[in-house]
Amino acid sequence: MSTEHAQLRGRVPAVIDIFAAPTSRAYSRAAGIIAIGAGIGCVLFFLLLPTLIVLPMSLSETDYLEFPPRGLTLKWYSAYFNDPDWMAATWFSLKIALATTATATVAGTMAALAIVRGCLPFRSTLQALALGPMIVPHIILGVALYLAFAPLQLTGSFFGFLVAHTVLAVPYVIITVTASVQRFDPTLELAALNCGANRLQAFFLVVLPNIIPGVAAAAVFAFLASFDEATVAFFISDISGKSIGRKMFEDIDFNLTPVIAAVSTVLVATSLLLMGTVHLLNGRRSRS
Amino acid sequence: MTRSLTLLPRSLSFRRPSSARFYSLTTSLALVTPLLAALMAGFLYPVARLVALSFSGGTLSHYRRIFTEPLHLEVLFSTIEVAFIVTVASLLLGFPVAYLMAQLGKGLAMAVTACVFIPLWTSVLIRSYAWVVLLQRNGIINTLLVDTGPTEGPLKLIYTQGAVILAMTHVLMPFMILPIYSTLRALPPDYVRAARNLGAGPVRAFVAVTLPLSLPGVFAGSVMCFVLALGFYITPALVGGPNSMLMATLIGQQTTVLLDWPFAAALSTVLLAVTLLFVLMFRRTLSLSKGLNSVY
Amino acid sequence: MTAGEFVSLLGPSGSGKTTALTMIAGFETPSAGRITIGGQDVTFLAPNHRNIGMVFQKYALFPHLTIRQNIAFPLRMRGRMQKTAIARRVEEMLELVQLSEYAERYPNQLSGGQQQRVAVARALAFEPPVLLMDEPLGALDKKLREAMQFEIKRLQERLGATVVYVTHDQDEALTMSDRIAIMSDGRLMQFGTPTELYRQPRTEFVADFIGRMNFIDGDCLDCTAEQTVVRLSERTVLNLPSAANERTRRYNAGTALRLAIRPERMRLTKRGDGGADALPGIVDAAVFIGSTYIYLVRLADRPDASLQVQIAADGVTPFQKNDDVDIVLDGAAAHVFPVMERCAA
Repeated sequence: MSTEHAQLRGRVPAVIDIFAAPTSRAYSRAAGIIAIGAGIGCVLFFLLLPTLIVLPMSLSETDYLEFPPRGLTLKWYSAYFNDPDWMAATWFSLKIALATTATATVAGTMAALAIVRGCLPFRSTLQALALGPMIVPHIILGVALYLAFAPLQLTGSFFGFLVAHTVLAVPYVIITVTASVQRFDPTLELAALNCGANRLQAFFLVVLPNIIPGVAAAAVFAFLASFDEATVAFFISDISGKSIGRKMFEDIDFNLTPVIAAVSTVLVATSLLLMGTVHLLNGRRSRS
Repeated sequence: MTRSLTLLPRSLSFRRPSSARFYSLTTSLALVTPLLAALMAGFLYPVARLVALSFSGGTLSHYRRIFTEPLHLEVLFSTIEVAFIVTVASLLLGFPVAYLMAQLGKGLAMAVTACVFIPLWTSVLIRSYAWVVLLQRNGIINTLLVDTGPTEGPLKLIYTQGAVILAMTHVLMPFMILPIYSTLRALPPDYVRAARNLGAGPVRAFVAVTLPLSLPGVFAGSVMCFVLALGFYITPALVGGPNSMLMATLIGQQTTVLLDWPFAAALSTVLLAVTLLFVLMFRRTLSLSKGLNSVY
Repeated sequence: MTAGEFVSLLGPSGSGKTTALTMIAGFETPSAGRITIGGQDVTFLAPNHRNIGMVFQKYALFPHLTIRQNIAFPLRMRGRMQKTAIARRVEEMLELVQLSEYAERYPNQLSGGQQQRVAVARALAFEPPVLLMDEPLGALDKKLREAMQFEIKRLQERLGATVVYVTHDQDEALTMSDRIAIMSDGRLMQFGTPTELYRQPRTEFVADFIGRMNFIDGDCLDCTAEQTVVRLSERTVLNLPSAANERTRRYNAGTALRLAIRPERMRLTKRGDGGADALPGIVDAAVFIGSTYIYLVRLADRPDASLQVQIAADGVTPFQKNDDVDIVLDGAAAHVFPVMERCAA
């Protein structure tokens, strides 16, 4: 097309040429964008792959994964649900996770309120301390807790797990609830006081209903922090009390069967369901 | 003497609530009591006991062992090296993803965000297990390689340093992506528009404006990744082998196989010190809340 | 303050009005001094026991409660009322602010003006003897503001409530208040009726803050009980009656004084027609704004001093730019203030 066109363009460079044919530069740019897109696509695939792989593995007939899988079966699920060891570990973990959710959410929310709205001496020290269990390597905590709990016969016990997992879950609660409390307008609490409410009434009737999305999200984080935790659980479990994390760790190391894939699928589905719900609820709330 | 005098009024000023915007000192202390009790029982006391055990017998013999035996020093350096490689790999792979999340329209961004969150919400144990299955001798990757023909026999993929780095990068990448994403999303698009308006091409605008402004997120994510990588246990324990020992797996070996608790305590103390050193050095850039708060 | 009065706290931002209000409400405790209501010392009484209604700056309506629940909140907190009595009272309040049909909505579904009315209804629901309002109209546009000013005033008069109203808008304060307290830098500058403040400002700050005011610096030649003689320049000397010296202070000869006069308390004549006490000047600008002319006049022998003069427009031949004129002051309406020593920076 057009030497004429090119000449025209040469003569009037300032005119914006919306009819210009795509140049070779534009082609190479498009190629570059496609290449970058493909690269990012690979990264995303890499991120998803391990989560996605557990489902076909759990349904495969053979006890190793083949591609394409040969035959579909639910036998690994029934193996999981009929194995007393797996069931004991699951119930034990579930009990601990629910109790941890309660203790970590209550203690963490109280502390978050004091950190944002209270007047605490050594506030930043306290904050750093409360977030410590997130930073300190869990292997260290595991070893330390084993050494502290073993003489007290707390290893493998519900109470020992509760203390350990509360400490591990509380940083998530504090971070989440602190953000919520900071978003809350303290004038609303003043208004409640002005209307004759006392501190307690003001908290339950005005503050809590307004920070509840953050508290709910914190509770889910706390639940998963406990339920999915494996390192500390590895150390403070024993024969009588074994968490699902410890049981899985052992089986991956010594007894690698697709039952683990079935367990994993159940756990992944639970996590995604819980987190997806929180995500959707909070998304809807912030949009409205 | 003068010191305590000047400190006194400051500590008194915490009794502030002449204003109802704040809770009184008594209320505040009551609110943090349960947390403090839990931290005491489940964190401070056990860790203090562990550190004390490392000095058992009143000697530094365990520490001498760590710093004189080349094997142990090697593990310490290789831990730092692996953490560094994992951080760089997460940054190089994660930054484009974060950038894409911040740029895309609503629907597509949601899809990319889901790709980042789904692994984050999958327990580390399960993800490590998946890597074991993918990388093992008769695993999926080896099957594919042999079937399609580039290699004669199966490769040794699992129980290597490379496997540890690959799996740890996978586990830690979301901690890199999320802080970068939240920094990029907070950037007003007007900055880039202004740069373009002033004559910068898309690449120049990115290099001159977007990249430097995203650095706080890059630092926050990098420090987070690095610190978490230093103490990682599950993934190297399952994916790594005897030749790819890290501090955490070494501690695990000492406690579960060799039952040398005081030496494990000394190793733990060294790892703790290294971790805290990095945390304190990068305290300003480390923002724990940045990553987590974009999670919901 | 007396019962049933509408008092405004007026001052520039940062002058301590809102702090004063939060102290009355009990959200802050004063570092010195006492607060008494009806003879009872409430300085250390908790906010929820003060029984004072408050309309917050941004209303502070509870976002998770409906309008009805918001208004019922203070009644529920008092816990002495039957459910039916509460319902009846809420209904009354809704009618009072004409929002009955919005009762089941949430605050964020209402317009700014409606939210403001809900805030007033909530603050009045428990019939507090005192109502505090912290710039309650600040977030509304000008037209709505003016409508709401009258509505609030009407409500206050109907209920006979004592209102303390914080604002930085002097027009708002002048229209609504029985008395106004002018504040600056945390101090009370003057407390009086709008007319007093306008006609007899006691300090230069008040004179400047309320309405328009011209200031000319000069110095004192003589000061007696009857008159103050101010020299503006070599040739211009003014004899002001004692009324101008609001504080009846005696100034020594040579004291630097500042003369203040409102634009509408001056006349303009042709040069030479003004008489002995007139100030010769030159018109710098003339603006017609409908009901009045506004002239900017520079003093002939004080080029640094420029006065704004406002003259009713009916039947007067207007002056033009650069006309030579005499300014005739209404001496009784002028004020003199001592010139504050400026701190050397």
